[in-house]
Amino acid sequence: MVPLSYYLILSGILFACGVTGFLIKRNIITIFMSIELMLNGVNLSFVAFAAQWHALSGQIFVFFVMVVAAAEAAVGLAIIIAVYRTRETLNVDQVNLLKL
Amino acid sequence: MCAQCLTLFALNSSLECFPNSVANYIDLAPMPDNYFVRYLPLLIHFLVAVGFASVVVTLSWLIGYRRPSRAKMSPYECGMTPIGDTQSRFSVKFYLVGMLFILFDVEAVFLYPWAVILRKLKMFGFWEMFVYIAIFLVGFFYIWKKGALDWAAPSAKRGEV
Amino acid sequence: MNPIQIIPHAADYVRILPELVLSVFGMIIMLIDPLLDDRRSRSLSGALALVGSLVAIIATWMQSQSPGLGFWNMVRVDSFSIFFHFLIASITAIVILMSYEYMSVQEIRGGEYYGLILFGACGMMLMSSAVELVLVFIALEISSISTYVLAGFRRRAAISAESSVKYFLLGSFATGFFLYGVALMFGATGSTTIDAIGNVLRSGHIPVLAYMAIAFMFVGLGFKVAAAPFHIWTPDVYEGAPSPVVAFMSTAPKAAVFAVLLRVLFEANAPGRIWLIWVTAALSMTLGNIGALVQDNVKRLLAYSSIAHAGYLLVAFAALPENGIPAAMFYTAAYAFTNIGAFAVVSHFGGAGERRVTMEDYAGLGKRSPLLAATLTLFLLSLIGIPMTAGFFAKFYVFSAAIKANLVGLTVIGFLNSAIAAYYYLRIIVVMYMREERDDSPVAPVPFALGMALALSLFATMYLGILPGRMLDYASSSVSDLVAPAMQTMPVQGIAQVH
Repeated sequence: MVPLSYYLILSGILFACGVTGFLIKRNIITIFMSIELMLNGVNLSFVAFAAQWHALSGQIFVFFVMVVAAAEAAVGLAIIIAVYRTRETLNVDQVNLLKL
Repeated sequence: MCAQCLTLFALNSSLECFPNSVANYIDLAPMPDNYFVRYLPLLIHFLVAVGFASVVVTLSWLIGYRRPSRAKMSPYECGMTPIGDTQSRFSVKFYLVGMLFILFDVEAVFLYPWAVILRKLKMFGFWEMFVYIAIFLVGFFYIWKKGALDWAAPSAKRGEV
Repeated sequence: MNPIQIIPHAADYVRILPELVLSVFGMIIMLIDPLLDDRRSRSLSGALALVGSLVAIIATWMQSQSPGLGFWNMVRVDSFSIFFHFLIASITAIVILMSYEYMSVQEIRGGEYYGLILFGACGMMLMSSAVELVLVFIALEISSISTYVLAGFRRRAAISAESSVKYFLLGSFATGFFLYGVALMFGATGSTTIDAIGNVLRSGHIPVLAYMAIAFMFVGLGFKVAAAPFHIWTPDVYEGAPSPVVAFMSTAPKAAVFAVLLRVLFEANAPGRIWLIWVTAALSMTLGNIGALVQDNVKRLLAYSSIAHAGYLLVAFAALPENGIPAAMFYTAAYAFTNIGAFAVVSHFGGAGERRVTMEDYAGLGKRSPLLAATLTLFLLSLIGIPMTAGFFAKFYVFSAAIKANLVGLTVIGFLNSAIAAYYYLRIIVVMYMREERDDSPVAPVPFALGMALALSLFATMYLGILPGRMLDYASSSVSDLVAPAMQTMPVQGIAQVH
């Protein structure tokens, strides 16, 4: 059986990739994909822990994370399209009416 | 073994304090302890596949003739001639339909666990799912009446999502 | 397989009655919206939403008659959750009242606006009564997704879309962190119910994983309440979003997330709480106030002030439970009513396209509209923490709780920051009364609904400032709900056994 730590390390790497992508990417869609990557890392660790504890609630959690991620994706794409309509760009460096 | 030393010590130590009665609810298939042995066939398969492919490609590169012609260099030698650029723009309608598809697609996720225990839930489960679908139909009614599903409608009417 | 009751009782539905009411009203609004003419105003939807939030208040009262657990230890109705239910429902009602005028002045015709406010409020209420992290997560997302969309509701303004996308990206990023924390906590304790986690963590041996889990969850929730160092999104989002929405999202979701934080930190007996809170509170107070000093845009100024207030509030989280929890609850309520009032004035004064939002625009407001200026002055005084206003007692309780817990350093930082904060709030007041106006065009008269919203928040601010005892007593009574959660836990342990 694959040891739990392998799953945890993989999920940690996925999460870290997501965080890094979020911080260094410049295209809104790519940033959004990085967030999805983070969520997938989380899902993996949920499933791994659920198997470890023999508790189903971890797997149920993954269902809900997936559904919520889909809802978030839909809303997110709508917002991104709204930005594109007003600014004609998806580069965060040019979406800069508000100073950060 | 290396697998053991990677396991987080915190988990091992806190496992004892958790009641293992819940373990009875899931049957774990017996698996060989040795992780490597279990996946050895997969590794062999992978190596054979990579080896075979690289040998074939290398041999054909070494002993084959190369006489390029216009027809041979086209992307699909015996297919349609490609038209235009692949990087053309999509209509925003595709995004809209794509978004709606995601939402109504994911809805089905909850039908699976529901279906598993439907018999135990009896009529209550039926009506509960009825309510769930009804809530989705509210959303469906909304996008339908707003014209989001109207492919040919002018974009002004579609309420800017 | 032991016979488990897998069909909910009627009592289970009472436990989520206010949420049910809000979602039904929200759905009705969404159903009738496409049937209305595109060019008509959506005051009908607004009226429905107002009725919905009032019915939710009644439902909360009904629910408070029978506290207890519901839906297999998923939700718990106790005086803690009732407090936040009342608070969030009143915030929602006041925000809806102030939105009427805004929608007609900005010519926004979308009944979805009111629907989204109700859905968001539903999620926030659920957050305050959820005692299971799965439900906390879902409720958090219901409220967040609604506010992402609401932030972009000024469709014609590019900055609104931009603030929406910023809020969305950073909010989802924070959600990722919160979720990872939950996953690690599940791994460390094998449970997702808060009191089961608390039992494991109280039993002595605390796994290293639990510390990481708390840190990740705190990062996620810290983003949502705009606590430093996770506050960078706040000024931008508040500047671009519609003013009533800012009033809503700077109070209601924050209250709900603070409720979750209280439950996680105290009920689950989170390890490393004091150290974590100490740093965040000190940073939030200092960075918020220093940021506010240099702002010229009133919305941005109030955004930085909200960061600072999150800092003051977090001070209470480091204190002992018996003083800290009531102080935090009181502060949440006091800040909510004060801030909503301030944003109601900002929203009215901003006018079409929210053009009048800088400090110069407020010059001479004392002469042009004495009543409006006086109201704003009162709210600002409450934000400073002048006696006779809600802000005074809020700060008083928080700092006295901190002193009782021997947090002298944090209290000193808090006092210094309050002194700095007085400067920029007073600056607005000085500008309103002392500076000559640039344009003396009359300020639009305050319509009835907005007047109601102002009157209600003013009343709440003054009431809490003069007679704070009742609310504090009520808040104190909910301490036992959090620190001694051994109350009638049902034999079923979450979802794991419905199999």
